[in-house]
Amino acid sequence: MDLMDKLKILVDAAKYDVACTSSGLDRTGQPGSVGSAVACGICHTFSADGRCVSLLKVLQSNACAYDCRYCVNRRSHDTPRATFSPRELAELTMAFYRRNYIEGLFLSSAVTGTPDETCERMIQTLRLLREEYRFGGYIHAKAIPGADARLITQLGLLCDRMSVNIELPSQRSLEQLAPDKSPRSILAPMGQITGQIAQNRTDLVRYRHAPRFAPAGQSTQMIVGATPDTDYQILRLTAGLYQKYRLKRVFFSAYLPVVEDRALPALNTKPPLLREHRLYQADWLLRFYGFDAEELLDEAHPNFDPLLDPKCNWALRHMDQFPVEVNRAPYELLLRVPGIGVRSARRILKARRASSLDFSSLKKLGVVLKRAQYFITCRGRGNGVPITQETAFRALVSQRMQAALPNCQQLSLFDPPETLTGEDVRACLTGQM
Amino acid sequence: MPDRTDVVYHYDGSFQGFLCCVFQAYAHREDPALILSADACQESLFAPRYIQTEKGQAARVLRAIPQKMGPAGLELVRLGFLCRLPQRELLLLRLLRLGFAQGPSLLRRLTEEPVCTLEKAVRALKHEAHLYTGFVRFSEYQGALSAVITPKNQVLPLLASHFVQRFPDESFLIYDKTHHMALVHQGRTAIVPLENVQLPAPTEEERRCRALWQQFYQTVSIQQRENPRCQMSHMPKRFWADLTEDPGGLRQKQLGRKGLGD
Repeated sequence: MDLMDKLKILVDAAKYDVACTSSGLDRTGQPGSVGSAVACGICHTFSADGRCVSLLKVLQSNACAYDCRYCVNRRSHDTPRATFSPRELAELTMAFYRRNYIEGLFLSSAVTGTPDETCERMIQTLRLLREEYRFGGYIHAKAIPGADARLITQLGLLCDRMSVNIELPSQRSLEQLAPDKSPRSILAPMGQITGQIAQNRTDLVRYRHAPRFAPAGQSTQMIVGATPDTDYQILRLTAGLYQKYRLKRVFFSAYLPVVEDRALPALNTKPPLLREHRLYQADWLLRFYGFDAEELLDEAHPNFDPLLDPKCNWALRHMDQFPVEVNRAPYELLLRVPGIGVRSARRILKARRASSLDFSSLKKLGVVLKRAQYFITCRGRGNGVPITQETAFRALVSQRMQAALPNCQQLSLFDPPETLTGEDVRACLTGQM
Repeated sequence: MPDRTDVVYHYDGSFQGFLCCVFQAYAHREDPALILSADACQESLFAPRYIQTEKGQAARVLRAIPQKMGPAGLELVRLGFLCRLPQRELLLLRLLRLGFAQGPSLLRRLTEEPVCTLEKAVRALKHEAHLYTGFVRFSEYQGALSAVITPKNQVLPLLASHFVQRFPDESFLIYDKTHHMALVHQGRTAIVPLENVQLPAPTEEERRCRALWQQFYQTVSIQQRENPRCQMSHMPKRFWADLTEDPGGLRQKQLGRKGLGD
């Protein structure tokens, strides 16, 4: 099979992996080597689905021994199979990297033979890249659940970021759809990686030249919409993963039906892209805005409002905390205002040291007043819009979503005429009024 | 005595030349109505005056900027000069006059002119430079790498350090088609004016590599999630012409296929 066909098969099999980030690590290039890494990450292109392409995302092999029901590479699925030899993949990566097509390599693999064998082949590829080709770019490697702990360690020493896919947000869903995987088999390598990253931190303090273990941290991803789990469950799990396993990122992937199965939604189901988007918005609120999962959702509201983003939603339910005075509010409170993000908040802090701010100066700073004006005052004054829950709600719902709203109510000086319902009539007739 | 404003400065278009304009404006107590670089020609009511670039004068101004406005002030002036901004020289002159009088606190006045406009332009410049760290596409000819870009701002000085430290042992050239400048790295690095670059036809090896990349680009997209608006907002169409993967060509092909199906 020639390289072009292999590439097509193995990229096609890998494209459902969401993570394609190259962030979290600064490494300057050294003479004698090729490549560097930039902490903010660099997107090299954007595919037709609008997703960033930063890494060469491929599988080492798609000949899988497992039979996970949702997966395109499952054993029982009739699809062409291919395997890259370590040399082929290393050469391809270098050819792409030198031309600045990519920021590095994202290497995953279906379980070919045993997990250990799979992991060893990945290690071979990475070792070739790092040692023979002196590749200094970014490498994201998938840890293979079930592989020996020593192999995971070796993998971690060669790559920059590691990830273990948690796949589904609850044990029940996992039992249902991925019978070969158990929460324990997923969480064990995740825990090991977390432990080794922490251990490596202290080693680096003691020995400056200690080899670095997954210096850009660990991430994971889960499928949204294949099982009946609620947003609240997913978000709580996410927050837990950030706290307990110190993950750098949790990715969500809207479920795309690629295989027919009785346990799965029908093949013509549309991917729940809006739900995925809302979860990412909430994920940002957890990581950069100081929100807790419990603040955004609770048992009574287990799912996000499709009409409003989670931050607006939170603000509307906590109108008692607003309006916020822009010239005095602390950073943490500014961050909670819809329309003010991390950059705007920082810029406000800097600018208000020089002079007090009004609405026109906020506009110059780049604050999105369309949303923010319902929640702030400048020098004690609002922007002349009525600050009530109802008006703010109508204004915050995006144009595209307006159509989904119930009709606006005309303001009236008089009470609307009372209409008799069937219930009233019955009560009247039976004399129970 | 108020400064004279009925003069127009002409200079050679270099950063040094601009610093000399600042020097002259102070020396002659003038507030020029326009500062034009040599290649821009514009009729004006006022008498044009050509400002000679003199190293000594430029160095004096350059030394004064960080002393009066701090390192951040110098950074803003340097980067501001690279921006595509109408009348950037006048804005920078105003910034320097205010900065020399008020000191570094001026830079916090983000809501007032000229800091507001300059900051915004510099943000755009940095953003474009960041995008180009990803969107530059090299082709290999006899071991050397070359790329062509068409940026709005002069991003080459910002790209230089990134690519030099990424490919320390390679020889490469990045040609800026908009400003006719080239970043050349071959052991040492330089940014030189260059009128035109004719790249040789791609070799067999190069063509194969491009084909592989195009294959990757087309395969990695998930059809059910197609979202051209999202793609365009992250990667505006003006970048597409210089990309090897040719996102526009792909779209054309898909439309064509759909058309045939109908």
